[in-house]
Amino acid sequence: MRFPTASSPFVHGGGAVDRVMLQVLLALVPGTLAMFWYFGWGVLYNILICTGVAVAAEAAILRLRRRPVRATLADLSVVVTAWLLGLALPPLTPWWLPAAGSLFAVVVAKHLFGGLGYNPFNPAMAGYVLLIISFPTEMTHWIAPSVLAEVRLGPLESLRHVFTGVLPEGLAWDALASATPLDTMRTQLLMNRTIEEIRTSPLWGDFGGRGWEWIGNWYLLGGLWLVWRRVADWRIPAGFLGALVAISTVFYLADPDTHPFPAFHVFSGGALLGAFFIATDPVTAASTPRGRWIYGAGIGLLTFVIRAWGGYPDGVAFAVLLMNMAAPTIDYFTRPRTYGHRSPGDLEP
Amino acid sequence: MNAEYRHLISEGLWNNNVGLVQLLGLCPLLAVTNTAVNGLGLGLATLFVLVASNVTVSAVRRWVTPEIRIPVFVLVIASAVTAIELLMAAWLYDLYRVLGIFVPLIVTNCAIIGRAESYASRNPVPQAAVDGLAMGAGFTALLVVLGALRELAGHGTLLREAQFLFGTGAAHWKITVWPGDHGLLLAILPPGAFFGLGLLIAIKNVIDARRAGRAAQPVAAQPATAPTA
Repeated sequence: MRFPTASSPFVHGGGAVDRVMLQVLLALVPGTLAMFWYFGWGVLYNILICTGVAVAAEAAILRLRRRPVRATLADLSVVVTAWLLGLALPPLTPWWLPAAGSLFAVVVAKHLFGGLGYNPFNPAMAGYVLLIISFPTEMTHWIAPSVLAEVRLGPLESLRHVFTGVLPEGLAWDALASATPLDTMRTQLLMNRTIEEIRTSPLWGDFGGRGWEWIGNWYLLGGLWLVWRRVADWRIPAGFLGALVAISTVFYLADPDTHPFPAFHVFSGGALLGAFFIATDPVTAASTPRGRWIYGAGIGLLTFVIRAWGGYPDGVAFAVLLMNMAAPTIDYFTRPRTYGHRSPGDLEP
Repeated sequence: MNAEYRHLISEGLWNNNVGLVQLLGLCPLLAVTNTAVNGLGLGLATLFVLVASNVTVSAVRRWVTPEIRIPVFVLVIASAVTAIELLMAAWLYDLYRVLGIFVPLIVTNCAIIGRAESYASRNPVPQAAVDGLAMGAGFTALLVVLGALRELAGHGTLLREAQFLFGTGAAHWKITVWPGDHGLLLAILPPGAFFGLGLLIAIKNVIDARRAGRAAQPVAAQPATAPTA
């Protein structure tokens, strides 16, 4: 009698790339709806432009590389990349900004390195970093969240602004614009104002900026669902947010006038989106359990360092790329001991 | 022109290009190619040094023993670089200021000592001179193409600041390909040089592969057509 034999892995979760990606997209829905609620139609247009350009670029380059186009597109990884990039960009930004970012993310950051599974850097963050380095003015033109805004643009007015840069009659960009909480904090601190003075502005809610903190909550909800579904490893967000809270607590306790309190760091900028959706990218993150703690904590520390002393208001994207670079080394030094072997890497039984 | 020279020229310009194939001299190649004119300026300086050092090394090759060849090469190259540095400071001061440390750093360009060691020290003067000329021209061409590419992406112009190299009359040579200030800043920052060089190497490899494929085709096609014929 013959028994069926198979090589490892013997226990398979039954998951496939498209199932994982679909769950990530589902988990992004609450945060995306919150972004839409607070920032209007620009958010949806960003996501749509990013997705359209990214899918087209992926199809074109797959054809060029003579890979199956339909099957690879169906794994949805390119949609996740585009969606994440779209969420990170300022709403109502000119159309070529998301287009250029997602083109770079798919063509350079993903396919020049060999496509899904071979890319050392998170494509969405590589696209974001290209844009923030190349077009700093456009990338820091944020609009006010709806709880503060005096006017809101409808779907058609937003569309017109995205593609032509024309605003409705009698409306200036200044009426819509507002600096992000991180940006405000940074510029005001540079003007030697204390945190207490800065926080008297109506921009602030309980933790971070008004509106922004709620978006953070909805990302957190989606992220926790991902962790519960075991799509994302809990160690990475735990390490990220833990390290961010720990180091910002130390500096907050030492000097509360020039260092914002820890919750501000967690609920501002890209921290929660980054912790649950970006740092957990299985391709570019460290893969050993201990390595994931180190990887997550590294991103948290670097995010704080860049926010506090760097040249850019937010540091999540840079921190993620830097730790992506370190991930292979972290994996090398944190290899778990294989059962039956004395030390990691030891081939003798 | 005999076959030896033709071979040297094709090696220097394409088949064994210093930057695209040997990947030598990358430090100046990546650092100064933010505009086409900067690339051309440093390329010409390197070309001059390469020819001068190749000729000198080849002329003295019978009296330089292998034990002391490296110090001799370095002295020869350093003298040529010092000469061109002084010449540039005298006549092309603006360009000299823009290129800055990268003019004296030509001394450390491995392409130059590489040609002295692998070619000039073993061949007669005329061949060594042509080798220096061809290698230098290949390097200059690469610097100009990479500089033009980055300038186009970063500033949307071509030949900006041409007056640094060609005198004040050249100030209006600047061609604005697309107006406005929405250039891709990354292209003129250091990462842009890496992306640009990688792209050019890839393009060269594609062209070579196409050519090899075309050259191989008649041979490969023969057995297939033979049975029917």
